[in-house]
Amino acid sequence: MQHTATQDTLVGLFVAAGFAGLFFLALQVSNLSSFGQQDTYTVTARFESSGGLKIKSAVSAAGVKIGKVTDISFDTKTYQAVVSMAIDAKYNTLPDDTTASIFTAGLLGEQYVNLDAGGSDTVLKNGSKIDITQSAIILEKIIGQFLFKSAEEKAQGDKK
Amino acid sequence: MMQFFQNLGADTRTSFTKLGRGTYFLLSTLAGIASVLPRPRLLMNQLYSVGVLSFLIITISGLFVGMVLGLQGFYILSDFGAEESLGVMVSASLVRELGPVVTALLFAGRAGSALTAEIGLMKATEQLSGMEMMAVDPIRRIITPRFLAGFISMPLLAALFSAVGIIGGQLVGSGLLGVDDGSYWSQMQTQIDFYDDILNGVIKSIIFGFVTSWIALFEGYDAIPTSEGVSRATTRTVVNSAFSILILDFILTALMFGDK
Repeated sequence: MQHTATQDTLVGLFVAAGFAGLFFLALQVSNLSSFGQQDTYTVTARFESSGGLKIKSAVSAAGVKIGKVTDISFDTKTYQAVVSMAIDAKYNTLPDDTTASIFTAGLLGEQYVNLDAGGSDTVLKNGSKIDITQSAIILEKIIGQFLFKSAEEKAQGDKK
Repeated sequence: MMQFFQNLGADTRTSFTKLGRGTYFLLSTLAGIASVLPRPRLLMNQLYSVGVLSFLIITISGLFVGMVLGLQGFYILSDFGAEESLGVMVSASLVRELGPVVTALLFAGRAGSALTAEIGLMKATEQLSGMEMMAVDPIRRIITPRFLAGFISMPLLAALFSAVGIIGGQLVGSGLLGVDDGSYWSQMQTQIDFYDDILNGVIKSIIFGFVTSWIALFEGYDAIPTSEGVSRATTRTVVNSAFSILILDFILTALMFGDK
């Protein structure tokens, strides 16, 4: 094939377009720009049950995403779930009596950690523990309790 | 009965011999890289015919695949009242699976078959033996630049395919069907991870580019030097590439996304 300058230009354009596509994917599509390289600090919280929480689940306060879950492990001594969260360093004024609860987005949506700010003067730092927690609500458990209760009531009604 | 076992044995042996030849061919192609890099002209010509000429088919297919995903995704998701997640659905399926796989299939059909036919015809018209007579190594002069071009073009084409597809999904989703533009992008950005999703997709496309170029060039180089032999080799390139891509895709997906 004969080589021409036009060909060089076209190859250049092609390579540039390919890299533009990659940049588009990296910056516009993925979370690289929002929570990638930024500074974070880590806090942990213990829950009786972590429900369907996953690594990378959102951590939000007042509905705004401020961080993500980085690790979930099981404590063999206290039998609790230990959830580590990386919180964006610019949100560094959360008081240390903040309540962490696991909520579900919508009835069947994804689970996330919600932080409710308390009133203390000292703030959460890297490595702090959140003491006040509220476990995930497990829908099956509630349905089970409801069914059990209504069956019990029915049985009592039959006796009378 | 005896005949059957004899044939079976002969076929098995032939296919292993072919795989062995293919591996030897791949190694000598890779060994030629060092002598191609000082002569970028050879590579540029091939980047043009393998990459630039595939550009149009890839972008147009990507646009329409994204638009179909937007449409189908909207119909399914709106049953659950989750149209807002359309962006996640379109981008996750494109970046993880459809981008690399469909690009590789199109690439095998568009560029792979052309490479096989070109090399096969060079062999049939004894151009390759002619080069050897002039003490020019045909692998280094002909095969390696084409291999490198395929290897470089595939990830770029796959990234383009996914990017154009996501824009296509957005055009249909928020342009035609009224999904909120902000939630299309923001849900996508929270759910798609750069390392887990996008880099794994890129790795997939690099592997597919490697395999497709290898198969296409080897089938051409190994073709029986007649017009019938070249036509069979071209068919084999497309069929074998498609098989390898789909099987490899399953294995790679299991390895990459298995631990979630």
